[in-house]
Amino acid sequence: MLKIENLQASVADKPILKGLSLTVNPGEIHAIMGPNGAGKSTTGYVLGGRPGYEVTGGSVDFLGQDLLGLEPHERAAAGLFLGFQYPVEIPGVSFVQFLREAANAQRKSRGEEPLSGGEFLKLAKEKAALLKMDMDMLKRPVNVGFSGGEKKRAEMVQMGVLDPRLAILDETDSGLDIDALRICGEGINAIMRQPDKAVLLITHYQRLLDYVKPDFVHVLSAGRIVKSGGPELALRLEDEGYEAVVHEAAA
Amino acid sequence: MSEALTLPTRRNEDFRYADLNALETLWPIAAEPIAVAEGEEGSLQVMLEGDAPVARHLVITLAKGAVFDLRVLSAGPVYGRIAIDVRLGEGADFTLGAAQLATGSENLEIVTKVVHTALNASSRQIVRSVLAGHAVGTYLGCIGVERGADGTDAEQSVRAMLLDRTATANAKPELEIYADDVKAAHGCAVGELDGEGLFYLMSRGLPPMAAKRLMLQAFLAEAFAGAPAAQALESAAQARLEAILS
Ligand SMILES: Nc1ncnc2c1ncn2[C@@H]1O[C@H](COP(=O)(O)OP(=O)(O)OP(=O)(O)O)[C@@H](O)[C@H]1O
Ligand SMILES: [Mg+2]
Repeated sequence: MLKIENLQASVADKPILKGLSLTVNPGEIHAIMGPNGAGKSTTGYVLGGRPGYEVTGGSVDFLGQDLLGLEPHERAAAGLFLGFQYPVEIPGVSFVQFLREAANAQRKSRGEEPLSGGEFLKLAKEKAALLKMDMDMLKRPVNVGFSGGEKKRAEMVQMGVLDPRLAILDETDSGLDIDALRICGEGINAIMRQPDKAVLLITHYQRLLDYVKPDFVHVLSAGRIVKSGGPELALRLEDEGYEAVVHEAAA
Repeated sequence: MSEALTLPTRRNEDFRYADLNALETLWPIAAEPIAVAEGEEGSLQVMLEGDAPVARHLVITLAKGAVFDLRVLSAGPVYGRIAIDVRLGEGADFTLGAAQLATGSENLEIVTKVVHTALNASSRQIVRSVLAGHAVGTYLGCIGVERGADGTDAEQSVRAMLLDRTATANAKPELEIYADDVKAAHGCAVGELDGEGLFYLMSRGLPPMAAKRLMLQAFLAEAFAGAPAAQALESAAQARLEAILS
């Protein structure tokens, strides 16, 4: 589904990704962990096509397409979803209006009929209920005045409505209270745990992985994957810390 | 009096950014008087549309306790000017919500002189400009508070969004205050669309044009909030936005 080969990328002329390789197959959930500043969010942004994130080498194949040759909105229409570590507030733009336009823009580019206002609201209500999010919040401007946890839940509602093939979720668990963590974890499973879908879960803690059980865990350090393993690797990291595990990989 | 018939020059502050060649074909600009009687309410929508040059001059007098809501949409003319003189009596209330949208080498300007002549009058001016290409958008706004007009509450909020580095926004808010107890707030900002917000919207599948349109619509809506005909203004603005962005 996703094949990243030797990806190199710079931000403001500073090399951040230094030869990252990773393959994700349909039906798999991969966790990416790693120290602050390792390049985890950068990986998400580069895959999402954020301006200012310059690819200097390597390739990314997504469902048979050259992902890096697509515009951000084309990547979304191709089935990529990026859950932001810091969802952006957009004053004055209504959440439901934006999300409906986004969903319909994706559908249009896939040659599908647009959702009517009624159909969209029904879908949005269903996903909001799944994430136990009050529909009234979605009538507000995008993320404006949402608490940290509400922003993350709203990201998951968007994911539910947009129904992507691959979700890259950047620290979805940060800022969530204990109940919200479980609700979001279950939401991710309900929306994304399908044979033809996959998830790249960026996180610092085991707590999210208790709900969304990964098939593979990778350690990203200084712009590369330095160690990969099964779910037990996350537990070991929690016990021993990155320092020990990364050192061992380097040795 | 004859002075008003003489074509102004650039030395005249009120015409500093005007397109003088276009102005010559429109000169003299007939003043359009509007008077709202004591305790009455009124409203007006002015749309400067079509591509021909146009210049208007409204002279508004608000009697004691009168309320007037003026909305302006300038979207289309190669040169579009609207000058608005307002005199507020005791306790009168004036609202201006204006949006200017320009591209190419269009030149749009709003020139206001809002004078509080007596106690406790309030005025608010909200001006939003979206400028692309080599367009010029200008707001010159003078607020006067005459002696004895205590309790004045005057507000100016002026923001311009440049879609291209080649566009120009001029904004000059001015205060002439001769009273003691006056609340006057003014904010003035020229900026570009927030890149982070744009990427966020695009990452959800909105093409760049649609993402920009959504953000600009929200920006312009501030000028139309609370207007009796907000819907009509918004859809006219949206049509022009789409033309500018495509
Ligand atoms: N605009 C920028 N200019 C310069 N350096 C940047 C810029 N954006 C990111 N970086 C740097 O890139 C590196 C990787 O950042 P990134 O956000 O990808 O880290 P991360 O692994 O997500 O960290 P965290 O766990 O703290 O979220 C950091 O050293 C950061 O300072
Ligand atoms: Mg990060």
